[in-house]
Amino acid sequence: MRTADRGGAATPTATAPASGSGERLRTFLRIGAVPILLAAMLVGFSLAQPAFIDLANLMSILQAVSVVAILGVGVTVTLAVGGFDLSIGAVAASSVMAASYCMVVWGLSAPATVVLVLALGAAVGLANALLIVRLKVPDLLATLAMMFLLSGLQLIPTAGRSISAGLILPDGSTAAGAYDPLFLRIGRASLAGVVPLPVLVMAAIAVVLHVLTERTRIGRLLFATGGNELATRLAGGATERLRTLAYAISGTLASLGGIVVAARVGRGDVSSGASLLMDSVAAALIGFAVLGRRRPNVLGTVVGAVFVGVLLNGLTMLNAPYYTQDFVKGAVLVGALALTYGITRGRG
Amino acid sequence: MPLLEARSLARSFGSTRALADLTLEIDAGEIVALMGANGAGKSTFVKIVSGVLAADAGRVAFKGRPYAPRTPAEAAAAGVVTVHQSTDLVGIPGLSVADALLLNRFVDRRSPFFVSHRSVRREAEAMLREAGITLDVERDFADLAAADRQLVAIARALAHRAELLILDEPTASLAAGESQRLYATLHALRRRGLAILYISHRMADLETLADRVVVLRGGRAVADYARPVDFDAAIETMIGRPLASARPDARRLTHEPVLELVGARLLPGRRAFDLTVHRGEVVAITGVLGAGKSRLLSALFGAARLAGGTMRLAGRPYRPASPREAIDAGVAMAGEDRHRSSLMPPGWPGESIAATISLPHLARWYPSGLVTAGKETARATAAIARLGIRAGGPAASVWTLSGGNQQKVVLARWEAEPGTLLLLDEPFQGIDVGARRDLIAAIRSQAARATLIATSDPEEAIEVADRVLVLEQHTLRDAHAQEQAA
Repeated sequence: MRTADRGGAATPTATAPASGSGERLRTFLRIGAVPILLAAMLVGFSLAQPAFIDLANLMSILQAVSVVAILGVGVTVTLAVGGFDLSIGAVAASSVMAASYCMVVWGLSAPATVVLVLALGAAVGLANALLIVRLKVPDLLATLAMMFLLSGLQLIPTAGRSISAGLILPDGSTAAGAYDPLFLRIGRASLAGVVPLPVLVMAAIAVVLHVLTERTRIGRLLFATGGNELATRLAGGATERLRTLAYAISGTLASLGGIVVAARVGRGDVSSGASLLMDSVAAALIGFAVLGRRRPNVLGTVVGAVFVGVLLNGLTMLNAPYYTQDFVKGAVLVGALALTYGITRGRG
Repeated sequence: MPLLEARSLARSFGSTRALADLTLEIDAGEIVALMGANGAGKSTFVKIVSGVLAADAGRVAFKGRPYAPRTPAEAAAAGVVTVHQSTDLVGIPGLSVADALLLNRFVDRRSPFFVSHRSVRREAEAMLREAGITLDVERDFADLAAADRQLVAIARALAHRAELLILDEPTASLAAGESQRLYATLHALRRRGLAILYISHRMADLETLADRVVVLRGGRAVADYARPVDFDAAIETMIGRPLASARPDARRLTHEPVLELVGARLLPGRRAFDLTVHRGEVVAITGVLGAGKSRLLSALFGAARLAGGTMRLAGRPYRPASPREAIDAGVAMAGEDRHRSSLMPPGWPGESIAATISLPHLARWYPSGLVTAGKETARATAAIARLGIRAGGPAASVWTLSGGNQQKVVLARWEAEPGTLLLLDEPFQGIDVGARRDLIAAIRSQAARATLIATSDPEEAIEVADRVLVLEQHTLRDAHAQEQAA
């Protein structure tokens, strides 16, 4: 779908070089707007509410956005190949249920659970790829269908009940297992008591995926597939395999996000992950505006997630009511998209 | 009084002066051809006259009144209509020709809210009659040949009561026979007093059509030739150097076959043909659009399958299942329409000259998987120097280049690694005469490989090739295979 909205790009008009102060201001706005706004918010919020700038509060912001950022990175990778993964929210929610089921019902250990759940995410990604690459189902439709499938599937093993110790199964028996304390540490441990483990996981994912997408041969080919699939195939690129890889990465990252949620909550809630899809897509789209790239990029996505997190946390500390949150997110997204596509585009 | 009169037009993009003091007149009932190398200012002038761009200085008068359209719609309302190179956007696949013709009226509320099939048909037929075009209005737009799409675009333009029709490379994608129909229509329109501004790189077009040729260079009108036009002089003025300096060299052929096709069929049931291409040879395959040129090249490149027959490459059986296999076997293809088949969109990673060149070679150049600028930058810098690509540097976007320079980058991509067979599908599409000569010289300078070129322009074929073959109805017309002495 990215190639579609770039149809106008087929005309070989050279971009005019920047000239005049208006042009320079626009370039400056394009590259600096999001970082400047982020810095302005940090300063503004800490002046209004000194507790905001506490290390503990900053870490809690990062912890709150870590899952969204991890999922957003997955979306970014699918956007890079010209696709879109709508199933990530459902994958994360299913992973919460699957992790709980593994430990509570099957009595598995933490390592086995993590491996199984990540494999589940990768399998969903491969199933998406099968629909999209082999059966040629448009990516939005395929992943939307997968989203419905998973949202329903996760309810079936427990007949719609949330999973916690002592769960009564559909056949009347009581589950014997419980959450592995080691598993809970994934969500609750922190480095030197300061940096929560989920934040470290997010940082590691960000660095690894940034290097993969921006600095490696595979990254170059992923973006090439999204930019012009025909040209990539004619240059010998295995575009089908690349798109499959992107959906597998996205599915795996979504299940990793689910593991973090499960480890923090410590139970398998049927309602978990409701807003994860929208928030992570928003982060990826806000990421377009960061550094004025106008394209999916991993660092932009992480900054986008942090941006929204800082804004929501700051407003909460200033006693803004909780029900304004979605409105604020929407306003940020609208602003970022206007900035990406409209204001900084220039004329001619 | 001229119909359109432009005085001292100027327009800059940053530090680049696209137009500098351009003065030009067009009278009613004449066809004026605009010639100029890429970057001479042709498209900027067209954009100003058609309301896409505003001029920085100078003025334009149309029918004696000041004329400065702010949008293409304003220009059309005044009587200036532009038909662009790409006509895919004229109609909508799945809808009929009649719908394509009346699209504007549906949109601008001039038609009644309820439209009957019959009234649409009647109006569309009237529009075609008005333009002197014969075409079935019930046909699906998707089934139309490129020439018919042009005609639909022209008919629609005329329905605006156009007095000046601007055609931007209308024959770029037409085969010779199709162009004839376009010429006939344009001649008929001129007799009715329409002024036509015609932009084309094809000599055949200009020779048939132009009453007057205006040559642009450096944003100025530098020469004006009336009929009979001395085209050699016009071209020399346009490229700013004598023609003879870039004629293709004569070549000595070896008899070592690189590619051998035996009993090849492009489609089931078509006549089989043989084809042999030797080392160091440049062979051109010409034929109308849809004759099977692209299909043949795709089959050689593993992007399509032959319906029958065997292929041998350098003496060994060759049956590529994918472009990757073909590339690994030493076969390269620069596809038709470089924007679609070779380049990344603007603003997207991989749009730089260096990345465009390195795309097929990433695995070989970066075995560790980590892409560093070093190798591809070095290769791109070398290619820029060797092929005379006019660019800011290896990191510049291919979208800052003119069409001819883009095509040189695409050629550089496939020359970056030694190959045995190079396939070029319409490599001279939409590039000016100067760049074409450079490309031909570059193509012919390589003696180590065989080159097979598909082109629908017979003149281009003769200009570039040692041997010209004609493909007709998906089979080679072998009787006419001509050895060219060059």
